[in-house]
Amino acid sequence: MLFLQQGPAQTTNYMIAGYTVIFGVILFYVLSLYLRHRNLKRDLDTLQELENKTNT
Amino acid sequence: METKPRLLTTLDFVTIILLAVATTLVFFFTPIEAVMGNVQKVFYFHVANAWVGMLGFMASAIAGIAYLRTGKRSWDIVGMASVEISVVFLLIAIVTGSIWARPVWNTWWTWDPRLTTAAIMELIYAAYLLLRQGIEDPDRRARFGAVYAILGFISVPLTFLSIRIFRTIHPVVIGNSDPSAQGSFDMSSAMLRTFMFSLLVFSFIFADLLWHRIRLGHLADKVEQLKLKVTQ
Repeated sequence: MLFLQQGPAQTTNYMIAGYTVIFGVILFYVLSLYLRHRNLKRDLDTLQELENKTNT
Repeated sequence: METKPRLLTTLDFVTIILLAVATTLVFFFTPIEAVMGNVQKVFYFHVANAWVGMLGFMASAIAGIAYLRTGKRSWDIVGMASVEISVVFLLIAIVTGSIWARPVWNTWWTWDPRLTTAAIMELIYAAYLLLRQGIEDPDRRARFGAVYAILGFISVPLTFLSIRIFRTIHPVVIGNSDPSAQGSFDMSSAMLRTFMFSLLVFSFIFADLLWHRIRLGHLADKVEQLKLKVTQ
């Protein structure tokens, strides 16, 4: 159907959807990296404290 | 955990700027394709995402070979990090491809050779991530990951070549498309330059995220070791 029309098809909504997915998923992944890093850092601090307590 | 290297911070900034430039080029520099209209603009990042997917799977296979040869845990972290990033980016490529297909092919999904091999590749590497979690012993897990990444890599050239070997409706970007391909278009100079630039930008994104993910892997290792030490 797309190839029978005159002029470019009205597909702007699909373009917006595509770029929303691209930026949305990348942002979500970057956020997940940040959160995992923060949680591991907290775990590391707690474990280091525990280790220091057992040593003293 | 050491502080964040200066080079990584620089890479973060460079990557963000490059991504902003690429996005500007896509929306304001490239022409609107004569038949498909604006949805064709998804093409630039759709292919770039698939490129990152394949790049990461190749990196994981190389890391797998390096691990089996040296036995160094760092290679396992590199392999794991590459797969994780690539699974995310290949998923984006598959979803954006589906969004592009809807107005062009009049369907969200079809069992075309390219779509099928890409979906299989995604599932193979998603299974890699799931199966790894089921192995407790770090050495066994790393050995399994290395062998799996090497064998799984077979799916990468198969996916890449699928549109060149089989009869398909998926267009070929570089080279001649199958006569039955729908949605192929002649790239103008502006389109080609933006496309090549997008591939470069996404390679930067991959390098940047890989570095961050590797650091995360090392931190997780450190926490794991300290946990064992404290609980003993």
